[in-house]
Amino acid sequence: MSATEENRTTRIVREGEVTIDRHLEAIWKTRPGLRGVLSSVDHKRIGIRYIVTAFVFLIAGGVEALIMRLQLAHSDLKILSPEAYNQLFTMHGFTMIFLYAGPVLSGFSNYLWPLLLGSRDMAFPRLNALSYWIFLLAGIFLYASFPLGVSPDAGWFNYPPLSGKDYNPGPNIDFYLLGLIFLGISTTVGAANFLVSLLRTRAPGMSINRLPILVWGTLTASVGNLLAVPAVTLACVLLFADRQFGTHFFDVEAHGQPLLWQHLFWMFGHPWVYAIVLPALGIVSDALPTFCRRPLVGYTPVALATVSTMIVGFGVWLHHMFATGMPVLSLAFFSAASLVITIPSAVSTFAWIATIWTGKPVLTTPFLFLSSFIILFVIGGVSGVMTGAVPLDFQLTDTYFVVAHLHYVLIGINVFPVMGGIYYWFPKMTGRMMSERLGRWNFWTMFLGFNIGFFPMHIVGLMGMPRRIYTYAPGLGWDTINLITTLGSFAFAVGILLFLINLTVSLRRGIPAGANPWDGPTLEWSVPSPVPAYNFAVIPVVASRHPLWEERLESPERSSLSRGYLLNHGRETLATTVLDAEPDLILEMPGDSYGPLALALGLGVLFVGLILHSGPWAVIGILATALAILFWLWPQRRLGQIAEPHHV
Amino acid sequence: MSDRLRRCGCVLVPLLGVAACGHVPMGYLHTFGPAADPVTSLGWGFIAVCTLVILIIASLLLAATLRARAPQGALANVPIAQPGGGLRWIYIGTGVSTVALLGLVVWTMFTLAAIAQPPGPPAFTIEIRAHQWWWEARYIDDEPERTFVTANELHIPLGKPVQLRLIGDDVIHSFWIPALAGKTDVIPGQTNIAWIEGNTLGTYRGQCTEYCGAQHAHMTESVTVDSAADFKLWWSHQISAASSPAADSMRQGESVFLAHCAACHTVRGTGAGGIVGPDLTHIMSRHTLGAGTLPNDSEHLSAWITNAQAVKPGCRMPTLDLPRPDLDAVTAYVQTLH
Repeated sequence: MSATEENRTTRIVREGEVTIDRHLEAIWKTRPGLRGVLSSVDHKRIGIRYIVTAFVFLIAGGVEALIMRLQLAHSDLKILSPEAYNQLFTMHGFTMIFLYAGPVLSGFSNYLWPLLLGSRDMAFPRLNALSYWIFLLAGIFLYASFPLGVSPDAGWFNYPPLSGKDYNPGPNIDFYLLGLIFLGISTTVGAANFLVSLLRTRAPGMSINRLPILVWGTLTASVGNLLAVPAVTLACVLLFADRQFGTHFFDVEAHGQPLLWQHLFWMFGHPWVYAIVLPALGIVSDALPTFCRRPLVGYTPVALATVSTMIVGFGVWLHHMFATGMPVLSLAFFSAASLVITIPSAVSTFAWIATIWTGKPVLTTPFLFLSSFIILFVIGGVSGVMTGAVPLDFQLTDTYFVVAHLHYVLIGINVFPVMGGIYYWFPKMTGRMMSERLGRWNFWTMFLGFNIGFFPMHIVGLMGMPRRIYTYAPGLGWDTINLITTLGSFAFAVGILLFLINLTVSLRRGIPAGANPWDGPTLEWSVPSPVPAYNFAVIPVVASRHPLWEERLESPERSSLSRGYLLNHGRETLATTVLDAEPDLILEMPGDSYGPLALALGLGVLFVGLILHSGPWAVIGILATALAILFWLWPQRRLGQIAEPHHV
Repeated sequence: MSDRLRRCGCVLVPLLGVAACGHVPMGYLHTFGPAADPVTSLGWGFIAVCTLVILIIASLLLAATLRARAPQGALANVPIAQPGGGLRWIYIGTGVSTVALLGLVVWTMFTLAAIAQPPGPPAFTIEIRAHQWWWEARYIDDEPERTFVTANELHIPLGKPVQLRLIGDDVIHSFWIPALAGKTDVIPGQTNIAWIEGNTLGTYRGQCTEYCGAQHAHMTESVTVDSAADFKLWWSHQISAASSPAADSMRQGESVFLAHCAACHTVRGTGAGGIVGPDLTHIMSRHTLGAGTLPNDSEHLSAWITNAQAVKPGCRMPTLDLPRPDLDAVTAYVQTLH
């Protein structure tokens, strides 16, 4: 992104007044074939890639879980060795939390932000591509440990000393540490991109009080990530140094502190939990009203609840460490702070229920996913309240009760809204509707399978079953419940399978959707499906939160969707002011580029060099990275990065 | 109060009732000591409130969905409802939730205060060292000769608070006897203090609850609450040294033990003084082998000595390739260590 120095007044045109579509298409189109695949910076392509890749990881993590569930279906089964089980549960956690839950929401936001905000792309399109490539390579890097049989095996929170060299001499933990550092780069650049996009690339009139809640969610998550990711990256660097260079940060013998890891990890870990649910809550807040045929009840409280959840979320990390021997005063403070988070969650919950209650819900598949999410959110929420109460947590922590809680949070609050979101925006992404009939089967199988599989985990947790055990003795009363859980998890997997079938069938044979199949209120539904490369033929001028419903809402505001700024001197979009979104500058946007891929590959070589302990490869990686940055940053005249000589 | 809540909970959630009333060995909805009982009441209180919340929200959600649902078909045919209205839901809902929450917070804090310290000075202290994958327990007495070491299976006297000093050794573990007290982590480099007390005779099972590597699943411990007299006898017995075997066959077993086992295990009163594995002076007074992995009988003992790796893969006990006569002799010898 760079601003032109010339003072140019953009033309304001009415859509269709001049033949602009073909011209804009030529400017913004990604080249066909492999070249386009490798160099595209189109936020829509990147967003869909993010979602697809995250789903591939969801399936991988799901298969890992199913294998574990076979082992746990009955006491004393010997399907897996302890080592295999420990690698599987560690990879399952890492995959679901880092490679699925976060990235899938980045995918939605990448795809949707410019469409929701009325812009032609994100602020930094190449950074966007970089963020995706690094995510992909970090995932492949981590999964390369699988065929080698040396996957991380110290749990997804990887506590030293168990993850230290003394107790884990193999490369397992190095895959974890390097993978997480690598992935952190992707998260960080992605978050920075979201922030600047929000601040600068909104349509005129898209003021801060008109942002869709999804934007609030991703904005909050991005700020959270920028502040939280450095903590875990630091922790990983320190542990890597302990393991490879003989430092003593976590080494008790040398007066290091194992608990330092836990503090750094959870200072990151807890905000991260909110980062992987707040955008999903945003999906619900934005999509549910469409099916209730009314605007969201309590827009302002819900937006404020989103932000305040994250703020309080930075002060509760100790509740993951209640049993580590803290002073009672710290316990009391962090316990109270953890329970306070319930209040913003209650605000959102009642806002959604009121929206359904005062609306006229149409029971489509996306509505089923989004509304059932509310009850899963409440179940995951109240079990969170229970674990937030310190004395009770002394009993609950590290049992299956916590496993149940976190799955209600991650599946209930992330997967269900994501499924609803896919059913909702699939027509926008592909131009075709997904099958309603298969959708209903899909929903009910998933909903019942999930609750049959995961609700009993609360009970077996209350019966004292610890998490992360590869087997258990008979006679503890856990067998039947574990069998039910295993059956439920397979039913849930069948639900996911039905979804994939629906996806495949609908991609080819779905009913053509048209621009606005759900009669939605927001900007993305004003453009054709699938969305043209340039998003908006003219940059719209927004006057309310529901530009497409204004006439029916009897409000005096009128957005201008078909008449607006024409920016057609190359890849351009409009920059607006931070709060009120008044037109400010024209941004010259970069075109497709191999730079992001080259930079990601350079970094990949560096990380491979580090895991192999190979100096030469690491040096090659650093050189390749430097060259890629040079290539990327080389000034381009078209972007106004070379000063034009002044004609006197 | 707790009884009423318990009944209420049983009605609300039959499954939870099963969990509580069925006396599962590791359950904690029915507890037997003052370090756990206030938490149990709190737990039932939370379960009742949370169940109620879930039921209310589920009913509201269902009613909201069904009461004015529009017919299936194109959404565009359904008119858009005007904004405004509905805010009362947020005010009332959030207000009620906040009040309920504040009540729970206050109850939580009182419970925390109730279990933070034992009601009186502890009768004595047990130093617990957590190892991969077993528990070492040192009973501390003011008279040094009455101090002794045992493993995995603790005994405490009825109705007396006992202090636990939890000392980390290798990786992080967590000590937990659900029926008597919540968890306290055992962390290398620091000593955590906890306390337990039992008010009902019996043996209560526990298990390590911080993931600690390959055999995290087989790291159980138990606490037996004895009457004062039984406990006194037990302690006196534990401090005694092993008596030298009389029979020749036993002496052969002892020499095999000294040759193959003594580097890691202690048997007081013999030359065996290893400190890597559990003290075996009174191994036959314990009910399990390998920290709860196997029952302690001659068949399993023999299997354990032959090939511990087959039952507890990854544990520190090596596979001893003993010839059959040696194996039988040493098994017989160990069985004399009552």
